[in-house]
Amino acid sequence: MAAPDAAKAPAIELRGISKSFGPVQANKDISIRVMPGTIHGIIGENGAGKSTLMSILYGFYKADSGEVFINGTKTNITDSQAAIAAGIGMVFQHFKLVPNFTVLENVILGAEDGALLRPSLAKARKELTALAKEYELNVDPDSVVEDLSVGHQQRVEILKALYRRAEILILDEPTGVLTPAEADHLFRILENLRREGKTIILITHKLREIMEITDTVSVMRRGEMTATVKTAETSPEHLAELMVGRKVLLRVDKVPAAPGAQILEVENLQVVDSSGVQRLKGIDLDIRAGEILGIAGVAGNGQSELLEVLGGMREAKGSIRLNGQPLPLSGAGADASARRQLGIAHVPEDRHREGLILDFHAWENVAFGYHRDEKYQRGLFMDNDALRQDTQAKMAKFDVRPPDCWLSAKSFSGGNQQKIVVAREIERNPDLLLIGQPTRGVDIGAIEFIHEQIIALRDQGKAILLVSVELDEIFALSDRIAVMFDGQIMGFRDPATTDEKELGLMMAGITDTRDPVSQEASQHG
Amino acid sequence: MDKMPRWADVFLIPLISLLLAAGLSALVILAIGENPWAAVKMMVSGALGSTYGWGYTLYYTTNFIFTGLAVAVAYHARLFNIGGEGQAMLGGLGVALACLYLPLPHWLLALPVAAIGAALFGAAWALIPAYLQAKRGSHIVITTIMFNFIAAGLLNYLLVNLLRPVGSMDPATDKFPEGTHLPTLHDLLAPIGIEFSKAAPANVTFVVALLACLAVWLLLWRTRLGYEIRAFGHSEPAAVYAGINPVKITMIAMLISGGLAGLMAVNNVMGEAERLVLNAVEGAGFIGIAVALMGRNHPFGVLIAALLFGFLYQGGAELALWTSIPRELIVVIQALVILFTGALDHMVRMPLERIFLSLRKGA
Repeated sequence: MAAPDAAKAPAIELRGISKSFGPVQANKDISIRVMPGTIHGIIGENGAGKSTLMSILYGFYKADSGEVFINGTKTNITDSQAAIAAGIGMVFQHFKLVPNFTVLENVILGAEDGALLRPSLAKARKELTALAKEYELNVDPDSVVEDLSVGHQQRVEILKALYRRAEILILDEPTGVLTPAEADHLFRILENLRREGKTIILITHKLREIMEITDTVSVMRRGEMTATVKTAETSPEHLAELMVGRKVLLRVDKVPAAPGAQILEVENLQVVDSSGVQRLKGIDLDIRAGEILGIAGVAGNGQSELLEVLGGMREAKGSIRLNGQPLPLSGAGADASARRQLGIAHVPEDRHREGLILDFHAWENVAFGYHRDEKYQRGLFMDNDALRQDTQAKMAKFDVRPPDCWLSAKSFSGGNQQKIVVAREIERNPDLLLIGQPTRGVDIGAIEFIHEQIIALRDQGKAILLVSVELDEIFALSDRIAVMFDGQIMGFRDPATTDEKELGLMMAGITDTRDPVSQEASQHG
Repeated sequence: MDKMPRWADVFLIPLISLLLAAGLSALVILAIGENPWAAVKMMVSGALGSTYGWGYTLYYTTNFIFTGLAVAVAYHARLFNIGGEGQAMLGGLGVALACLYLPLPHWLLALPVAAIGAALFGAAWALIPAYLQAKRGSHIVITTIMFNFIAAGLLNYLLVNLLRPVGSMDPATDKFPEGTHLPTLHDLLAPIGIEFSKAAPANVTFVVALLACLAVWLLLWRTRLGYEIRAFGHSEPAAVYAGINPVKITMIAMLISGGLAGLMAVNNVMGEAERLVLNAVEGAGFIGIAVALMGRNHPFGVLIAALLFGFLYQGGAELALWTSIPRELIVVIQALVILFTGALDHMVRMPLERIFLSLRKGA
């Protein structure tokens, strides 16, 4: 046990935590110490066991073995109530808020003082005002949560934790849905919290955030804690190597683009969704052969709808021309298989929801969308042998592991699932590739590979529309960048002459103030 | 990673559920002062102890195969068709109209024609719920169950007012002409020297049901349509992404489902009653739900589950006939089987998964 008179006891200490789910060992003998008043980063690829570890700390899972000490006292966290009682607060990646409740109502939910709400609400209002002042956590307590921006909703989550007297705050991938400016604000809040002596655990896969804000960082790989280092004594390259287990190129090598003929022309594209909200408000863009147009923007500003319209999953108004030919935007000829026949391939943003049938075998997924092709038919039936041969070939070429076409799609890691989708779409040799969030939830090793494939397709003279919420990825791949905000394109930029700050402002809807000449110049950079 | 081996999912869980249901049934029988062991023996000998018993068991099995397949096909498109009852009723109407009003001199002709009539009418009865689901988003569970009542009302009206022969007091059609008589298993097996009970209603439709199992299996796992139905059932956004039309697939899956339910009428209306009576379906449409659930929505699982329920039906009837166990208790036993194999599936599944996980860890 920690000596009472030694320096402060760690706020959190985990000793030898192990947890397995059946044959999968999610956490192997993990130990960490996090000192009070520090920000501790936990970084690792998808499936490295970060979330499992935090779920154990928050009482969602019970560890198979190991001990948890909070402020030097051995604590048995059996459920989230116990975690809250121990002073642990958690901000999940997907917020756990009631959308049609006000901020105040959300904050007291589950922490009411009695059967009547009025006293609790009054008390919460007072505390919220104090907290807002102390930590820059400004939110109007009476606004309804669904009307708030994502950044504000996240603040409500933090307020919820602080209202419950959390001394230790765990944030799971908190910047995934924020604009750069919102992320900066969040980091300021975190710094304020640290100054007040709170302990923060930040789970992320973004190396930049780790470098920017943490005091110490732990790296997880395949369920094990591979290293814990002081942030000041490490570098992004070193951390990446620790995460993947080998040297990783953080920059993508590519030659300058050689744009050719106009492949895609979009004019005044408009989409109104089923609840009557206008999602696209007149999009104009074009892409040439051998060029990657990157669309930057915070999630939910119309990028998904743009991909869906181009991919034939959604009807729209306006005009789209592919190789000079106008495409139907509604009715029978506007569905996804018609688009595929014309040479538009589509790697969707959400491979679990759209790109794959998770319960299907790999071989059933490998022609998904192209399953009507002549070569997969044999009389009345589908030619399953041909499908399986095709799968094996693609798996070999794209290094999908394990290369077993009988495994169901859900059994593959995120990176290998994405490789199956990318292989399916790229191997069709399309004129236009639509690719959304190509590396979301994909491990660094696979990111490198997928980026190379995208560049290779560009170099074969194909047009590529890339949508990503990761600015790093937009910068690494794009030959031209368009920024979307609120269903509109805020402007086009040349990646060589713009920077994150400018794009960040545009992503927040601040119209650019640069002279129109330079915009014209960057149109077909 | 799967939590337990497939054989455990497919065989062990239903088996354990079944044993639990049997155990509880035994307690109920004990509670009313009867001997459960004697009851089991009575059920087995009554349902499987003679060709007469088998003849009834297979007759019921045939009904349940069709209604079970109907639920299973719809399920693969994530549509819960609980309108099998109504669709089978309408299938009966199709059979009756074909048999009464078309010149069908021989069963070899009558069987396919009546089957087409049954499937068409059953599918037609699924058409409106399917359309409402596909186009308007009206929940298929609600609409199909309402259509069961409409079907009952419609048949009531038709039998009382239009199809009843003049002078008859019975709300039923005339007897079908001789040419539409389907051969029973006795008729089919006698030429090859197998002695089968003359009195039992099992008939050639049983063979049709077996073929239907095979056809549904081929449809779901070997054809493009089946691929699209299953893909749609797993994820509608993914189906849209792949260019599969949700409206079309919903309609087609429900039409096939309704058609299969309708086919049941070839067995009960044409093969057994040889005329259309009120309430000819006798709940087989609902049993189909339990059969599909227990059969894991796989055609061969449906076949085995249908056999089990056929056994329960026939064995239960024998029990009610020969012992003082009241008819209602038979329903209780059947309900317990449905409860344990269907609704309480997870009660068995969870502990079993845990056992398999710890076994694997030990290995």
